[in-house]
Amino acid sequence: MKGTNIGEFEEVVLLTIASLLDEAYSVNIVDEIRKVTGRKTKLGVVHAVLKRMEDKGLITSELGEPTKERGGRRKRFFQVSHAGKIALLKSKEQRDKLWSLIPDVVFQGVR
Amino acid sequence: MSKRNGPPEWMDRIIQLYCRSDLLEDLQGDLHEYYDRNYKKGKRRADLIYFLDVLKFCRLYTIKKPKILGQMTFLNLIGNYFKTSARSLVRNRLFSSINIVGLAISMSIGILMITYISELLSFDTFHKKGDRIYRIQTTYQNQGGNSFDLASTSVFIGKKLQEEYTGYDEILLMRRNFREDLTKGENTIAIVGHYASEAFFDVFSFDLKYGNPATALTEPFSLVLTEKTAAKLFQDSNPVGEIVTAGDKSYTITGVMEEVPKNSHIQFEALTSFITAENRYKDNENTTFFNWSSVWQNYVYLVLPDGEGPEKINAILNQVADVENTRTDRYTINHQLGSMLDIIPGDELSNQIGPSMSWLAISQLVFLTMFVIVSACFNYTNLSIARSLRRAKEVGVRKVVGATRRQVFTQFVFEAMIVSVVSLFLAYALFILIRPGFKGLMDDREMVTMSFQWIYAIYFLLFALTIGFIAGVLPSTILSKLKAISIFRDASSIKLLKGLSLRKILIVVQFAISIFLIIGSTIAYRQYKFALEFDLGFETENVLNLSLQDNESKVLMSEMAQLPEVSKISRSAMIPNTGEVWAEEFKFKDPLDSVRVYVNYSDKSYFDLHQYEFVAGGTFPYDLEEGDAKFVVIDELLRKRFNFETPQSAIGEVLTITDRLEDQKVEVVGVVNEFQYVKIHNEPRPCAIIQGVSDNYQFLNLLVKTDDPVAMMDKMEGVWSGIDKVHTFEAEFYDAQIQDAYDQQATLFKIFGFLAALAISIASMGLLGMAVFTAETRLKEISVRKVLGASIQNLMFILSKGFIVMLLIAAGVAIPLAYLFFNEMVMADFVNRITIGPLELLSGVFLVFAIGFLTISWQTGKAARTNPAENLRNE
Repeated sequence: MKGTNIGEFEEVVLLTIASLLDEAYSVNIVDEIRKVTGRKTKLGVVHAVLKRMEDKGLITSELGEPTKERGGRRKRFFQVSHAGKIALLKSKEQRDKLWSLIPDVVFQGVR
Repeated sequence: MSKRNGPPEWMDRIIQLYCRSDLLEDLQGDLHEYYDRNYKKGKRRADLIYFLDVLKFCRLYTIKKPKILGQMTFLNLIGNYFKTSARSLVRNRLFSSINIVGLAISMSIGILMITYISELLSFDTFHKKGDRIYRIQTTYQNQGGNSFDLASTSVFIGKKLQEEYTGYDEILLMRRNFREDLTKGENTIAIVGHYASEAFFDVFSFDLKYGNPATALTEPFSLVLTEKTAAKLFQDSNPVGEIVTAGDKSYTITGVMEEVPKNSHIQFEALTSFITAENRYKDNENTTFFNWSSVWQNYVYLVLPDGEGPEKINAILNQVADVENTRTDRYTINHQLGSMLDIIPGDELSNQIGPSMSWLAISQLVFLTMFVIVSACFNYTNLSIARSLRRAKEVGVRKVVGATRRQVFTQFVFEAMIVSVVSLFLAYALFILIRPGFKGLMDDREMVTMSFQWIYAIYFLLFALTIGFIAGVLPSTILSKLKAISIFRDASSIKLLKGLSLRKILIVVQFAISIFLIIGSTIAYRQYKFALEFDLGFETENVLNLSLQDNESKVLMSEMAQLPEVSKISRSAMIPNTGEVWAEEFKFKDPLDSVRVYVNYSDKSYFDLHQYEFVAGGTFPYDLEEGDAKFVVIDELLRKRFNFETPQSAIGEVLTITDRLEDQKVEVVGVVNEFQYVKIHNEPRPCAIIQGVSDNYQFLNLLVKTDDPVAMMDKMEGVWSGIDKVHTFEAEFYDAQIQDAYDQQATLFKIFGFLAALAISIASMGLLGMAVFTAETRLKEISVRKVLGASIQNLMFILSKGFIVMLLIAAGVAIPLAYLFFNEMVMADFVNRITIGPLELLSGVFLVFAIGFLTISWQTGKAARTNPAENLRNE
C-alpha cells in the first residue's frame, strides 16, 4: 500500500516534531528545520504537510493557551501519534537495512 | 496599552473570509508571528509580506467549503425528502388534492400570462436592424386643448429629414390604407396594404421570394404581394413583371414576399410604392398631403447608425417643430422618435399602423392574475401550517438525529416545490382548455397564437418552482423553528399561536380578494347591460346596417327594396354609438366662434327609420345625389350652443361648415332631441346630421321584419353578389354592432368574472381544508359536547363561528375597497354610468357567503353527526 510509507519531507517534519517535544507548532517547526537541516522551508509548505499528516493520522494536534505575541491567538501544538512513530521507525528500519547492505568501499573518498 | 502593531485589519478580514474556522486561529496566529518578525524591518514590508501570505494561503484545504458544498447533504437526503414528501402527500389525500388543484388553477393563469407576454415581447424581434429602427411619433395638440398621441406622422417631416438633414442610415416613408380590387384575367381579389418608399426592404427584414428588393418599390404603380395573395391571382408561378388592373389603374408586380410573420407590428397583403401616393397629390394645389398638419395617415421609420441613441434626431425634430408651429396657433405638433421594439408592448398611441398592445393593459392583467396566484399560495401555506402539528414529530426526530434548521427548512420548501411541479402538469392541461377562451377575449384575435415553444418549458418550470417556494416558505419557517425537546415533551403544548392568527389573516385576505373580484364583475356586467339598454334617443331594433363598400347606393337600395322583409331603407355615412366619430367645424354668425360638431350624413328617410324625435321642423325636403349639401338637422345641444332661443327659432337659420376647402352653407330644417352619438361613457358634444350625397354614404340602413334572419341574410347576400362579385357581403344588426362597440366592457366583465370564479373556488377549497382540519382536531371536544346533550345545530354553530367572523371581516374590508376602486378610479370619467349601490356591492358578498357556508356546514355537519362513542371509546 502506498500510504504506509512516508515521504522524505514528511519524515523531516515528523522527526522535527518529535525532537521539539512539547514546543512543536508550525512557526517553530519551520525555524527548527532551517536551523538543523539548513533547508529554507516556507510556512505554507509546512502547513500543508502538517494538515495532510494529521488527516493521515500520523500526528495529532491540540490548541494551546492564548499568548500575547500572536495577537492573542492560540498556537496549535503537534505531537507524533502512535501511527506516526511506527511510520518513522519503519522508515528508519528500511534505511538501516539498506545501509547495512552497502559495503564501505562504495563511499570511499566521499566521506 | 500601546496601539497594536498588527497588519491592517482588512487583510485579516480577507483571511477570515476564506479560511475554514478550524484552521483560522492558528494559521492567523502563525502569520502574525511572522509579521512581528518582519515588523522590525519596517511596517510597509511586513504589511506586504503579510498580504502576500494571506493570498498564498488561499488553498484548497484552507478555504471554507462553500454553502452549496455544505448542502451536499441535501443531495444525499433528496431521496429521503422525496420519499417522505410523497408519503405525506399520499397519506393526506384530501389536503394534497386541495393544494394541487388550487395551485394548478392559479398556475394555469400564470402560464397563460407567461405565454401571452413572451409572445408580445417577441414582436418585431426578427428584424435584423430591429434595435436601430425608430419611428417618428407625433403629439398633436388642438387649440381647444384636445391632445392626441399618435403613432403616425406627416409626410412633411419625413421629406424634411430626407432632403435637409443627415444623422441616420436609412429613412422609410409609409402610408396606410392602400386598398384596391386587383383583377388578373378572371380573378379579382380585394387587398389591403400600405404605401412604402424604396427603403422598405433595407429597413425591415422581410424577404422577397421573387423580385429585387432594391428596386421593388421605386417606380410608381409597382406592387409587391405577399405569397398567399400572389397565389390567389397567379397560383404558384413567378408573377414578377405581370400587370394587374384595378379599375382604370394598372399595377406592375415587382416582387413577391414571404408571408408577414404574426409577430410584426406591420401587417399587410400588398405594398405599393410611396411615390404612387405622392404622384396622385403632387399636382393638386389644394392637397393637404404635404402639410405639416397631415399627421394622421403616414409613418416615418429611421434606421440610426450603430450605437447611437435618438437624441440627435430628436433635437432636429424639435428644431423643425419650433419653426413650423409658429405659422399657426390652431394647433401645436411635436415629434419624437420611439424605438420600434417599444411598439408592442408599448405606450398607448392612436393611429397605429397595425395591432398594438399597451403596457398598461398588460400590467392590469398581470395585477389581476397575481391576485389569484397569491390566493392559491395562501391555501398551501394555510393548510400546511394547520397540518404542521402532524409533521412535528418527524421534524423532532430529524433534529435529534442532527438536522439543522436550514435542512428542515429545505426539506419542506422542497416538498412545496414537488407539489407545485405536480400542479404544473395539471395547470398545463387547464391552460390548453382556457386558451381558446382567452384568445376570444382579445380585441385582435389574430394577434397572438399562444402556441407552445420549448423555451417556455423553462419559464414554466421556473415559475412553478417560484410558486412552490412562495407557498412553502412560511410553513417551512415555522416547522424548522420547532424545538425537538418541546415536541417530544408534549406535542399538544406547541401553540402555533402566531401561525393561528396568520392563518386567519390569510383566509380573510383570500375571501376579500374573491369578494373584490366578484363585485368587480358584477359592476362591469351591470355597466355593460346599462350601455346596451341605454335610451339612445333613436331606435335600433330590427335595423340592419349593410356596408356599401364603395358600391353605388342607389342600385343596391332599389334591389334591396324588392325584398319582402325590408320595410324601410335609408343611407348614412356612419353608425352612431359604435365608437366611430366624424367631426366638422361649424359656425353661426360670429366668425370667431367655431364649434367642433360630431356629424353624420344621411338621406331624408333616415330619421323616420330610426325614429328620431323632432322637437321642431322635420327631415330634409328632398334627397341629393351629388353636389353640395343644402340642409342640416341639428340636435338640442347644438341649438343651445348657438343660442337659438327655441327649437322653432333655429329652423331656417343658415350655418357654415368651415373646415372644408370652401366654406359651405347649410340651412337648419329640423331640431332633434339629444341623442347618443358617442359611446355612453364619453363626453357628449353637439351633433348635426348633414344632408348626404352619394359619395358620403357608407351604409344602407334597412328596417327589416323577419322570423328567419338567417334565410333573410342569405337572400340579401344573393342580391349583393349579383351587384358586387369582389367584396363579401357585410351586414350586421344595429344592436349587435352596439354590443360589439361595448365589447371592452363585456371583456372586462368576462375577465373579472372568470378570475372571480377562480378566486372563489380556490378560497372555498382552502376554507374546506380548514373546516376539515378544525373538525378533525376538535373531534373529542365535539363528542364530549354531544354526550352532554348538545344538538347538531349547536355544534355546527360552535364549529362555524370562527369562519363566519372571518367572512364578515373579509366583506368589511373588500366592499369599501371595491367601491373606491370602481367608483373613484375605473368609472370616474364615465359620463353615463350606473350608480354603485347595495345591489352591486352585496350580491357578490351573498354569493361568496353562500359558498362559504355550504363548505363549512358540509364538514361541520359531518363532524357533528358522528357517533360520539366511536371517538370516546378508547379514552
